[in-house]
Amino acid sequence: MAPRTLQQKLAILSDAAKYDASCASSGTTRRDSRNGGLGSAGGSGICHAYTPDGRCISLLKILMTNFCIYDCAYCVNRVSSGVERARFSPEEVVILTLEFYRRNMIEGLFLSSGIIRSPDQTMTDIVRIARMLRVDHGFKGYIHLKTIPDAAPELLAEAGLYADRLSVNVELPQDASLRRLAPEKRPETIRATMADLRLSREAARERSHTGKRAPRFAPAGQSTQMIVGADAATDRDILRSASGLYAGYDLKRVYYSAFSPIPESSAVLPLVKPPLMREHRLYQADWLMRFYGFDADEIGAAHPSGNLDLAIDPKLAWALANRAQFPVDVARAPRELLLRVPGFGTKSVSRILAARRNGAVRYADLLRMGAIMSKARAFVTLPDWRPGGLTDSADLRARFAPPPEQLQLL
Amino acid sequence: MIRVDLPRFGRFEAWRQAARQLASAGFAPHEVTWADPDTPADLFGAAALPPAGPRDVTASTAFLSLARTVASHSDPERWALLYGALVRAQTDRRFLSNPADPLMDRLQRLAKSVRRDVHKMHAFVRFHELPATGPRRSFGAWFQPDHPILEAATPFFARRFADMDWLIATPEGVARFTGGTVRFDPPAPRPDLPDDASHDLWQTYFANIFNPARVKTRAMRSEMPVKYWKNLPETRLIPRMLADAPQRVQAMRDAQAAVAPSFAGRVTARLRAQSPDEAAPQTLDQAAAQAASCTRCDLCHTASRTVWGEGDPAAALMIVGEAPGDHEDLQGRPFIGPAGQLLRRELAGAGLDAGRAWLTNAVKHFKFTPRGKRRLHQNPDRAEIRHCRWWLDLERDLLRPRLTVALGATAAFALTDDASALTPRRGRIETALDGGPVLVTWHPSLILRLEAGRAGQARAELAADLALAARMLADAA
Repeated sequence: MAPRTLQQKLAILSDAAKYDASCASSGTTRRDSRNGGLGSAGGSGICHAYTPDGRCISLLKILMTNFCIYDCAYCVNRVSSGVERARFSPEEVVILTLEFYRRNMIEGLFLSSGIIRSPDQTMTDIVRIARMLRVDHGFKGYIHLKTIPDAAPELLAEAGLYADRLSVNVELPQDASLRRLAPEKRPETIRATMADLRLSREAARERSHTGKRAPRFAPAGQSTQMIVGADAATDRDILRSASGLYAGYDLKRVYYSAFSPIPESSAVLPLVKPPLMREHRLYQADWLMRFYGFDADEIGAAHPSGNLDLAIDPKLAWALANRAQFPVDVARAPRELLLRVPGFGTKSVSRILAARRNGAVRYADLLRMGAIMSKARAFVTLPDWRPGGLTDSADLRARFAPPPEQLQLL
Repeated sequence: MIRVDLPRFGRFEAWRQAARQLASAGFAPHEVTWADPDTPADLFGAAALPPAGPRDVTASTAFLSLARTVASHSDPERWALLYGALVRAQTDRRFLSNPADPLMDRLQRLAKSVRRDVHKMHAFVRFHELPATGPRRSFGAWFQPDHPILEAATPFFARRFADMDWLIATPEGVARFTGGTVRFDPPAPRPDLPDDASHDLWQTYFANIFNPARVKTRAMRSEMPVKYWKNLPETRLIPRMLADAPQRVQAMRDAQAAVAPSFAGRVTARLRAQSPDEAAPQTLDQAAAQAASCTRCDLCHTASRTVWGEGDPAAALMIVGEAPGDHEDLQGRPFIGPAGQLLRRELAGAGLDAGRAWLTNAVKHFKFTPRGKRRLHQNPDRAEIRHCRWWLDLERDLLRPRLTVALGATAAFALTDDASALTPRRGRIETALDGGPVLVTWHPSLILRLEAGRAGQARAELAADLALAARMLADAA
């Protein structure tokens, strides 16, 4: 068989990488190429393109290789899958990254890999690519490395020197599912690796007694991903698990990835359409936990099944289930309470707080400031607006949920 | 009527200069016409810029930065709006910080639209490699933004691509970066960009990173509006990708249940042979390895790892705490948090060497409730203590300590199965379930929680109990 061309390898190894949701390139240290090297980073990331699946392309997201010795049922690259295999040389990854970068197609590299031979061997190769980019080519763009749990701590420490972000995937919301579907992975080492990453980041922020700063360590922090819909976990389980991870490991993000059918998929998994709406509602709930002061159980309790209402957003669902707390007086309510009004985002709440220092805030002002009044009107009182019986009306949910679809007659 | 002609580039500085001058001379907004390079001459003629007047003109940093952004908008009215805001701000500062004010709202909207356009330009400019004329590589791009943002958007490229020469041509003009400096030239015809092999690779990447099972074209269009597509080579592939998606998904489904490659079985068998065995541990190290994957209770699902005991495997003294805390959980070692440090000080004070003792916990996983970015400690319940007693018993069996110190109620319950109140039991010797002597005392974390007076007393009691332990060990030796 003729050796594969770079183009063929790229096709195989980007196809294999598409199930990872993260593509963030924001929040790292500010740096640029005016004193040498190539590239810049810091501030908000940039999405350079979007594919028809609605996901952005910010980083060159590829696998170093899709050979893998593990047998995780949910993964297209597991050892027992008949998928086509390929492997990049480190030089090839470096060239692709730099040439795409120079043409302004990407913000940097997101490198992951199947486990070849051993976790240490794989992590060594990943770290080598990052070192070549940073040290040999002066690359100042963004690097996200997928960390292999069980790899040696020295490798992790070196990865942190070159990478902006490190991530370890928890893969599934519950340990039992992971043990069942990914028998070679151990949930306890995954969380232990996340704990190590957090401690290394904290150590890098402290100055030594001489006042010298420790070398930087993954300045854009760590993130993780869990697959939604491959096991029986409810949304409440998922959100609980996520809030435990946020609390424990100073995570920047938890990504939720709707399980999508994969070629060569294992017979133990459901072959359904990926639950994209569920994934979307989970992201909304995740935002509520991180920026709106909600906790997982409050959001999860809005529906007795423990799952989020797919027809309406989780904040509205919470408000409908907790109507006793409404209507809220926009002129007086504290920030925390305004944040709980459906239709008010963090930005509109900041604007409301600024505007009400300058005088009464009316209905039209809220519209102008970006509040979604079609949602908020049932939950607020204003000098020129009272919801009256609307807040407690029985058909309130029906006003927001899309009308039921007429079924086709056979 | 006064007419101010603003240049194509450097127009914000020119506006700022003129606006300051006009406002200081007290000209009202309706007395000034602001003209861009393509604004036709006034029908009735207009006066030139008059000299500055006596008034001080001030503006906040926030307003200047807003004005700088708005200056890149294509709306011809923007200059007048900005001048109106500047004049009004000389007497009324407050409206600048009021998001409900209609003028501020209008300006913020203009700025937002400019920021978005700049961001999209940073995202969607695509360089093609041009033949190099010197040692530096050379690239070129053509881009059509909505607004005249070339000057505002260029510094980003200068910071990012400092080691190469490039030009970005737009209908508004051309930015050229040569040898490290930027120059702006008037509009030129669209440059001829040569084919570039990396663009073919890019299309390969674009087509393959797409997951055909999750088509969401609305999300794509809202972030990558169709108006930009004409200059993005990869978007040509989109219709084809969408048309093929259903077949590809079907093919994915059909391709399942294929026969595993021949090597798969061997690899899996070899890996699974390495997993730790389940035979009863004979040493503390073996026990620690098995405990690392313990799932006897539910605490393992949220804790980072099992925190096993630590110390001298030949220790005569065993010290049992409650459960690991936040620090212990992250680092995987017992008694390293604030309570552990207090314990270590008290041990040293009693003449006991922590390194010669065995320090462990009744429950070996951290129990907590998440609160934002923190984990709040929770006491393990009786079921969890009983499940974990399996490990504590094993530890005791392998260590055979001469004396055990139980710190707090959880440890006392785990060792003796007596859940009664601690106060009357503190300082006494009880009998463990396996018959060994157990000295019951306070947990150091209690001392950290109490207010100063009672904490001092509890600390003295802990010290006295540890001194008693030291005497008992010395007598037995």
